[in-house]
Amino acid sequence: MSILQIIFLLAALATLFCAVKVVITTRMMHSAFWLVGALLGIAVLFAMLESRFFVVVQVLVYIGAIAILIIFAVMLTRKIMDENQQRMNQLWGLAFIPAGGVLAGLIYILSRWNAFNTTARTAPVNGEDIEALGKALVSPTGFMLPFEVSSILLLAALIGAIFVSYDRKGGGR
Amino acid sequence: MIPLSWYLIFAAILFCIGLFGVIARRNLMSVLMCLELMLNAVNINLLSFWSYLYGKDLQALVFVAIIFAAAAAETAVGLALIISVYRRRVTVNANDLDMMKG
Repeated sequence: MSILQIIFLLAALATLFCAVKVVITTRMMHSAFWLVGALLGIAVLFAMLESRFFVVVQVLVYIGAIAILIIFAVMLTRKIMDENQQRMNQLWGLAFIPAGGVLAGLIYILSRWNAFNTTARTAPVNGEDIEALGKALVSPTGFMLPFEVSSILLLAALIGAIFVSYDRKGGGR
Repeated sequence: MIPLSWYLIFAAILFCIGLFGVIARRNLMSVLMCLELMLNAVNINLLSFWSYLYGKDLQALVFVAIIFAAAAAETAVGLALIISVYRRRVTVNANDLDMMKG
């Protein structure tokens, strides 16, 4: 086993452990912290895939923004699910069927694909070409339309979030 | 070197953990967190295909960037909905939100 494989296995196992803890932890705040751990592990895997830009984006956007947003919302909706309450549905055992089925199906289909075990990389060794990516995002022959659509999506989500969570009656329940 | 299959199997397992959580958990907040796990699994898949097979192209990177934007939008709207529901019903339990049941 090379050193890269050991690092991959450590990061992958830590991420999967954190992901399982996100699912099974009862206290929402602890669950949010486990989510931060899983996102950090995924950032490590992004780095191992030679994608430096998305490591930074993962840490800034996911851990810096989305996780903080989730923690704020957890604190705002606290004290509803205390520990003695059940954290899963009554029929939570049935959830193993779709989850396991999707996993088995994915692995079966992927294992029949002949490029499944390839080890040769085609990505540039020193990270992706950020300059080309930036130019492609704003060039009309490149990806300008999806880029603009996603910015409109963000704007609409911002306005929609304010509209939905705005307290019209002014303060009280 | 690490084979591509390790990344793909890892992403599949992560996606299924998230899927299980989305189906099984009762708290809306943890449903949202498990959705984040699923989106991250998809991002790992896209970046590993980019890294192993299409390293000269930019489509995968653009796709990942747009998934980041969509995830941020989804989280913002989802949290606004949860807080709005909590303000009206004082619950974030998915089982209690059955007013649309016939």
